[in-house]
Amino acid sequence: MFIDTLLIGISSGAIYSLMALALVLVWRSTRVVNFAQSGQAVFSTYIGYEITVRTHNYWISLPAAIICGALLGSLVDLLFMRPLLRRVKSGPIAELAPVIATLGLLGLLQSLLGLLWGNAFLQYASPLSAKGFTFGSHTVPFSPQNLFIVLASALVLVIFGLIFKYTNLGLALRAASFQPEIAQLAGVRVSRVRNIGWAFAGATGALAGAVITPTSTLSPNSLDLLFVSGFIAAVIGGLDSLVGAVVGGLVLGIGFSFILQYIGSSVTFLAGFLILMVVLLVRPRGIFGHKLGRHA
Amino acid sequence: MSSPASLRMESVTVDFGGLRALSSVSIEIKAGEVVGIIGPNGAGKTTLFNVLTGLVTPTSGSLYINGQARKWPRIHELADIGISRTLQGVGLFGELSVSENLLVGATHSQKPNLFLALFGLNGRTEGLAKERVESTMRQFGISQYGAQRASDLPYPIAKRVALARAVISNPTTLLLDEPAGGLGAEDISWLKDFVLRFRRDRSVLLVEHHMDVIMSVCDRIYVLNFGELIAHGTPDEIRKNPAVIAAYLGGEATE
Repeated sequence: MFIDTLLIGISSGAIYSLMALALVLVWRSTRVVNFAQSGQAVFSTYIGYEITVRTHNYWISLPAAIICGALLGSLVDLLFMRPLLRRVKSGPIAELAPVIATLGLLGLLQSLLGLLWGNAFLQYASPLSAKGFTFGSHTVPFSPQNLFIVLASALVLVIFGLIFKYTNLGLALRAASFQPEIAQLAGVRVSRVRNIGWAFAGATGALAGAVITPTSTLSPNSLDLLFVSGFIAAVIGGLDSLVGAVVGGLVLGIGFSFILQYIGSSVTFLAGFLILMVVLLVRPRGIFGHKLGRHA
Repeated sequence: MSSPASLRMESVTVDFGGLRALSSVSIEIKAGEVVGIIGPNGAGKTTLFNVLTGLVTPTSGSLYINGQARKWPRIHELADIGISRTLQGVGLFGELSVSENLLVGATHSQKPNLFLALFGLNGRTEGLAKERVESTMRQFGISQYGAQRASDLPYPIAKRVALARAVISNPTTLLLDEPAGGLGAEDISWLKDFVLRFRRDRSVLLVEHHMDVIMSVCDRIYVLNFGELIAHGTPDEIRKNPAVIAAYLGGEATE
């Protein structure tokens, strides 16, 4: 029973980690909490869904959804964030306006999806079984699709780790996120690098949507709760730490799983917010957050 | 490396809202010169740097490089025209290691194929960049700090890393904004040596409050007060200039 619960926790934790990672990538590049993240992710998932409907092939739809997510992320930055940040450069509204704007964008994207596909619950089918593996007479609540979720998430985390640690792009992303002015002086094209950050975030969110949706149903709001968990995970991790996002996601996923198993479903979400409150009160910069934030 | 350039800013005026930060200031740095800019706080020294590095767009004024008129550079064009600068305080990437701090300057001032460069797939330029980081760290005596996070460095070391970061892009004109600020005697004498060694084939523009540094390394000095140029000349001339003594030296330099 313990192992079952742990496995389920890791599977959902992996998804929270991806969502948290997407938020952190945008936060680091633009200092905006992107509430449109779940809208962008679900939009890309619909694209993936539409492709399976036409091709009957999940393995074509998955990379297509990820690419769509990357493009959408990049476009949101280019057509939406940049003009906005250019118009409101300073004052209290400069901090708030972009965040409110992402909420607006979330509504816009979800309404658009409702118009295009309707609000019915759709099935985005994966060839992998959603039935748990069976060992002898015992069936664990961990399916091949869950295994795929964990492996795909792990792969993405490794790829991001390698990019951030060993490539010039990763170096530029890290440099530009905290000291954009110095990065520019050192020759980094900060706005271009930021845009890549948005694209990475969009792709990550799209991956989360496209691997988790086959385990439930697709609707314009189907990723909203996932986003909330990803947000909590990101804050627990420190909002500016990539490692923190992953750890935060796993902690939350496993925590939820155990609470669900041993206490009951009615308190799971409550527990999530409780953890969030405690972290914010005790250690507002998160577990992996930087002491000095952007002033280093 | 391109040959040292002479740089001339003419009649630069900068208005911030209703405030005039610089009022028709003209400054010239000839190739191979060390030029100092002094003046009380708020005199417009850093604003002048910001104009030259694309952080501030001047209200009016023109720029000449090697005698040719040129548009004010955008920040990302600085490496191309051989200008590099330090910032007041430290100005490093706090969460990156010392060698990564230098690597940012070393790789992004090159211009190979963008895609290959981003992912570090061009082995040759990668190797060159890493070598340059190593040799620059040796040259600045900071090799042992290579793996340390910049935000954990002692202040004088951080200042030295910041200088190395500015130099690694191979600038022909180096702009130093208060490089001696907060340093002790030993580090200041190292800094003076560095400036004199650096200027052999390149030029330096120096904003500094530390009179000893300014007077001992500069060929010429410009004095700003309330955004206006009140004097300009050799260190000796500046020391004797009554307007300078009244506005500045009498007050702060005796410290």
